[in-house]
Amino acid sequence: MATALTRRAALGTAASALGLLAAPALSRAQGTARLLVIGGGFGGASAARFARLHHPEVEVTLVEPLTRFVTCPYGNLLLSGFRGIGDITHSYDRLRGRGVRVVHDRAEAIDAAARTVRLAGGETLRYDKLILSPGIALRWGAIEGYDEAAAERMPHAWVPGDGGQIQLLRRQLEAMPDGGVVGFAIPPNPFRCPPGPYERISMVAAYLKRHKPRSKILALDAKDAFSKQGLFQDGWRALYGGMIEWVPASQDGRVVRVDPAERVLETEFGTRHRVDVANVIPPQSAARIVLDSGLADTSGWAQVDPATFASRAAADIHVVGDAGNGAPMPKSGYIANNTAKQAVASAIAALRGVPPPEPLYFNTCYSHVGEEYGISIVGIYRVGPNGIVEVPNSGGVSPRGDLPEQRRLEALHADSWYASITEDMFG
Amino acid sequence: MERITAALGMVGLLVLGVAAPAAATGPAPLAAQGCLGCHGPGGAGMASVPPLAGRDAQQIEAMLRGFRDDALPGTIMNRIARGYTDAEIAALAAYFAATR
Ligand SMILES: Cc1cc2nc3c(=O)[nH]c(=O)nc-3n(C[C@H](O)[C@H](O)[C@H](O)COP(=O)(O)OP(=O)(O)OC[C@H]3O[C@@H](n4cnc5c(N)ncnc54)[C@H](O)[C@@H]3O)c2cc1C
Repeated sequence: MATALTRRAALGTAASALGLLAAPALSRAQGTARLLVIGGGFGGASAARFARLHHPEVEVTLVEPLTRFVTCPYGNLLLSGFRGIGDITHSYDRLRGRGVRVVHDRAEAIDAAARTVRLAGGETLRYDKLILSPGIALRWGAIEGYDEAAAERMPHAWVPGDGGQIQLLRRQLEAMPDGGVVGFAIPPNPFRCPPGPYERISMVAAYLKRHKPRSKILALDAKDAFSKQGLFQDGWRALYGGMIEWVPASQDGRVVRVDPAERVLETEFGTRHRVDVANVIPPQSAARIVLDSGLADTSGWAQVDPATFASRAAADIHVVGDAGNGAPMPKSGYIANNTAKQAVASAIAALRGVPPPEPLYFNTCYSHVGEEYGISIVGIYRVGPNGIVEVPNSGGVSPRGDLPEQRRLEALHADSWYASITEDMFG
Repeated sequence: MERITAALGMVGLLVLGVAAPAAATGPAPLAAQGCLGCHGPGGAGMASVPPLAGRDAQQIEAMLRGFRDDALPGTIMNRIARGYTDAEIAALAAYFAATR
């Protein structure tokens, strides 16, 4: 009996904190509370759907310029040919069906004092709480010569856009000769998706092994270590032999200049690498709207309260996803999804005058090394007095060693993750 | 799919009625949300990842404890289960058991 009661009490608490039960009228009694979400990607779509599902009394508007969302996750599998563009393209129709007002426009300016957002199309939207999840901006010029025009010859394929960048990279791989070199420029921390460049290298290797087996991959890195490094390098040896050369910063791996016309990647100490295809992943910051609104500090990222993701710079604004500083959590889609829910629950709790739910964040990033070869990193995070901390003795990476069944299952579970998370965003 | 059953909802409401501020200190309410990134909408399962919704609470709890203590083999669940307290495991087991 005692345990039953405890468990029920726990359930009630958990459920009420998430707003799963009929909510009491918001204390802001005059009319419906307005939640405005900017950005319809991993953070924004998750926020809008979660709000409609668990707080149906709140009016939700989502502003996103793109009418279809092409995910970065699984984009690398287009390069290997394991997926097509249709597999990673999502519609906002089901969110509309859930009662989200979806406005396909770009947010131009935020007036935090007036609680309004002006859109490029001229409309001004009012909000009670703003959830901002506009993702990243690429720092054009941080690598000399790498600007928007250069990206048409040396694609980054690091922001979702219309999928044009990842398709361009795929076409360039198709056009290059067997025996050619695919060069990568990989940025320093922090950047979107720490294992992403290495999954991409793997998927390019899978393509080359099948179609252009005499080719090489030259991965020039601004770091000396990377996410899941041992596991990736084990997989590269096992699946791709000597095809991949990874050059760390300490061995002159940092690309500082590019020549798009000649397809040259030039490193710190002046080595010029001429390649046949170049994927340049430049340094990043929070998206422009975050910078323009004064929500980022000199690091280029928005500082937030780790328990609620409320902006430290302005009231009634929560910044989630890659634009915020959630360190030591990675800039991942899974974290964007998680923290968006905490931000929505906290924003609505504040409108009601009740405390926010207790934060607990969860991340899993799977990476494909081969078609039936998956690896992962898991992290569970709590908020302590000095910020976000990973729960000791939990999480971590897949076991190393010759474990084909583990790798096969992780590749399968990665597919399930992709299907699940995109349902949790757009379904 | 993602609604608590009526009966348990009533219990929840009663708890909410007397102890709403406890929301701030309750056992990790977002724990269950974290599972949905792989276990499908509402925990209904997705392809290779089994469902949680509607399973017996004691079974879910026993599995999570088993993964945590390495008594049960898993692909990634052992690493995950080690991140949660007993109270959190109980709360999310109860949550999924009550989810249809
Ligand atoms: C190659 C690659 C692989 C990845 N793989 C994984 C993975 O396996 N697992 C994982 O968890 N994560 C992965 N990620 C990371 C993941 O993509 C990001 O962490 C995630 O997209 C962050 O979500 P977000 O909401 O911050 O930004 P996004 O998902 O980029 O969404 C931002 C949205 O905001 C919109 N926007 C921008 N400015 C405005 C404005 N002013 N007004 C209105 N809308 C605006 C944009 O159009 C965009 O749609 C990967 C990333 C890359 C590049």
